[in-house]
Amino acid sequence: MFIGVDYFNIESLLNEEERMVRDSVRLFVTEQVLPIIENHYQESIFPLSIVQKLGELGLLGITFPQKYGCAEMNNVTYGLAMQELERGDSGFRSFCSVQSSLVMYPIFTFGSQEQKDFWLPKLATGEKIGCFGLTEPDYGSNPGGMMTKAEKVENGFILNGAKMWITNGTISDIAVVWAKLDGEIKGFLVEKGIKGFSAPEMKGKHSLRASVTSELILEDVFIPEKNILPKSKGLKSPLMCLNQARYGIAWGVVGSMMACYDSALNYAKTRIQFEKPIASFQLIQQKLVFMLSEITKAQLLNLQLGRLKDRGEVTHAQISLAKRNNCEMALEVARTAREILGANGILSEYPVMRHSANLESVKTYEGTHEMHTLIIGEDITGISAFE
Amino acid sequence: MKIAVCVNHVPDTAAKINISSDGKSIDNTGVTYVVNPYDEFAIEEALKTKEKFGGDTIAISLGNESNKETLRKALAMGIDNAVLLKTEEYYDSLSVAKALAAEIKAQNSGLVFFGKQSVDFDNSIVGQLTAELLNYNCVSVVVEFELKENKIIADREIEGGKEVVETLLPAVITTQKGLNDPRYASLKGIMAAKKKVIEEKTLAKPNNFTEVIGMKKPAPKQPGKIIGTDSSAVPELVRLLREEAKVI
Ligand SMILES: Cc1cc2nc3c(=O)[nH]c(=O)nc-3n(C[C@H](O)[C@H](O)[C@H](O)COP(=O)(O)OP(=O)(O)OC[C@H]3O[C@@H](n4cnc5c(N)ncnc54)[C@H](O)[C@@H]3O)c2cc1C
Ligand SMILES: Cc1cc2nc3c(=O)[nH]c(=O)nc-3n(C[C@H](O)[C@H](O)[C@H](O)COP(=O)(O)OP(=O)(O)OC[C@H]3O[C@@H](n4cnc5c(N)ncnc54)[C@H](O)[C@@H]3O)c2cc1C
Repeated sequence: MFIGVDYFNIESLLNEEERMVRDSVRLFVTEQVLPIIENHYQESIFPLSIVQKLGELGLLGITFPQKYGCAEMNNVTYGLAMQELERGDSGFRSFCSVQSSLVMYPIFTFGSQEQKDFWLPKLATGEKIGCFGLTEPDYGSNPGGMMTKAEKVENGFILNGAKMWITNGTISDIAVVWAKLDGEIKGFLVEKGIKGFSAPEMKGKHSLRASVTSELILEDVFIPEKNILPKSKGLKSPLMCLNQARYGIAWGVVGSMMACYDSALNYAKTRIQFEKPIASFQLIQQKLVFMLSEITKAQLLNLQLGRLKDRGEVTHAQISLAKRNNCEMALEVARTAREILGANGILSEYPVMRHSANLESVKTYEGTHEMHTLIIGEDITGISAFE
Repeated sequence: MKIAVCVNHVPDTAAKINISSDGKSIDNTGVTYVVNPYDEFAIEEALKTKEKFGGDTIAISLGNESNKETLRKALAMGIDNAVLLKTEEYYDSLSVAKALAAEIKAQNSGLVFFGKQSVDFDNSIVGQLTAELLNYNCVSVVVEFELKENKIIADREIEGGKEVVETLLPAVITTQKGLNDPRYASLKGIMAAKKKVIEEKTLAKPNNFTEVIGMKKPAPKQPGKIIGTDSSAVPELVRLLREEAKVI
């Protein structure tokens, strides 16, 4: 069994159930994800059959109340689960992030009791799949400018617009779509198959190939009154969702880093060049030490972030700092692992090129690296460089 | 029906084992412990049997405080109750079997699952000894298990095939890989396990008949040698396999 990377005995800072969940997800990934992932990645298909298993394990909506069929565990546990899933593949973690943080969270936070009672239990088991439509072709880093519009009509609303880059779109039963109603951003639940709504898959990705990415096209779509998220209010609402997901990403990428480091370390110890294992060369050792240091720092950052979140004390800028740092470093770690593996690093026999390519998306979605720099910059100077 | 599963807490097979300074025990620094892998099949079979026929499941483990981790995992997988037979002493296989038999008797359990062996000391004997002490029937190394009222039909793995055995309850079954796919501890299971109490019973000193007087590491592996990289090396390879390795 994969024994993880834990240079600072961070294990000792976790409680028994946190460790148990991590170990259970770790085993699940080893047995159910790793054997199939390379093939799915190459073929660019998301293995739908895994969704039910994720539900059975309880990985969809980990932190939500038991009355909705969820485990009601803390944020550190949620983070550890995302870390282990992303050791398998960022696409799997993305699926869980979207379902939990971008679909269940807004329904739980901004939804009516009826919406919660109907959707949350089905989303928790994986019987229903959801997506989150914020980004548009012309509005990425500045979603506040979105063009998608809702218009009040009798008994409901008419939605018009287009969303792009939407994870899970094509396979979703329910889309949380953000649109402007009289100039104010509101959330709407758009159900699959409804007239005027389609979600074609985007093709040609070199990254996150085992994850579904789609457009959402809304042409005069009628949404019944009961499908507006009544408590959503302005841009702040989708940003609150993104905060949840970013938190999971900060943890998730540590899983990618662990997979890459583990692969590079083993390779370096066994690959002989100039009659010695390449691990005996200073340049290789330096690379391995860099990787281990960044993993260790990211782990400690995440754990404290999670403890703050569990105490209700975390700020959005702290989450930005962890997302920004960990994604950047994960990408560096993956690239460094690729270097150590030489030509073998580009093969699907090893996980590093896949992680490296995935992490290009992970660094960009949920707020680009640059936008997180500006969010933290604003927080510490009091001056916004983007608004 | 009360179904018991006996579970052991053992070093992870991926862990690097060192001998401690006393020369006769394992140095535990940096070694993670897990549920004995064969016991996971026992847990799964107990759960499946309960799901089919109803009843109550109990996990029993003999060892120290840290064995609770393994019991907790059994509870998280769905076992109803757990007992720790607590001791800091070394128990040889017969002593373990005696303590387990006493507990199984106290629990009044007529169907008991064990892993076929424990991967720490590999004696492959505790299940059978316990059955004998309880005067229960016993089928070992089971890869297929079927219960019909009080009759058991079980396939045993034997060299090159399977042996089909029939016996009656009460019985001890020792489980082998292939019997089932142990379920994962789900997050809800882990939450539920947190609320369950592990009953502790402190054991008296064992009356051992064997004693570990030393541990030795296997001799380091000899370095390999490359005798060629194409088909011209085959005759030499055959000669070495025959004359040096003596395997063909
Ligand atoms: C695989 C994948 C899955 C995704 N899934 C989803 C999803 O499920 N739902 C969803 O809504 N969105 C999703 N996205 C979209 C993602 O959130 C956006 O791509 C991201 O917000 C960036 O927007 P953009 O691509 O339009 O880039 P742009 O905003 O056009 O940015 C281009 C570049 O300009 C920089 N930039 C922009 N503004 C500034 C500034 N003021 N100062 C300095 N630099 C700036 C950016 O940092 C970036 O480097 C996904 C994206 C990908 C790749
Ligand atoms: C797509 C592709 C096409 C190719 N095409 C050709 C081709 O047409 N013809 C051909 O002959 N070859 C070709 N190659 C092979 C390429 O030249 C080798 O991959 C390259 O020379 C590195 O060798 P390696 O992959 O065996 O890595 P290794 O030599 O095993 O190196 C592994 C790592 O160890 C490092 N390392 C090695 N020795 C030392 C040292 N002494 N000190 C510090 N670090 C060290 C390396 O920098 C690297 O980071 C191709 C490779 C690829 C990926």
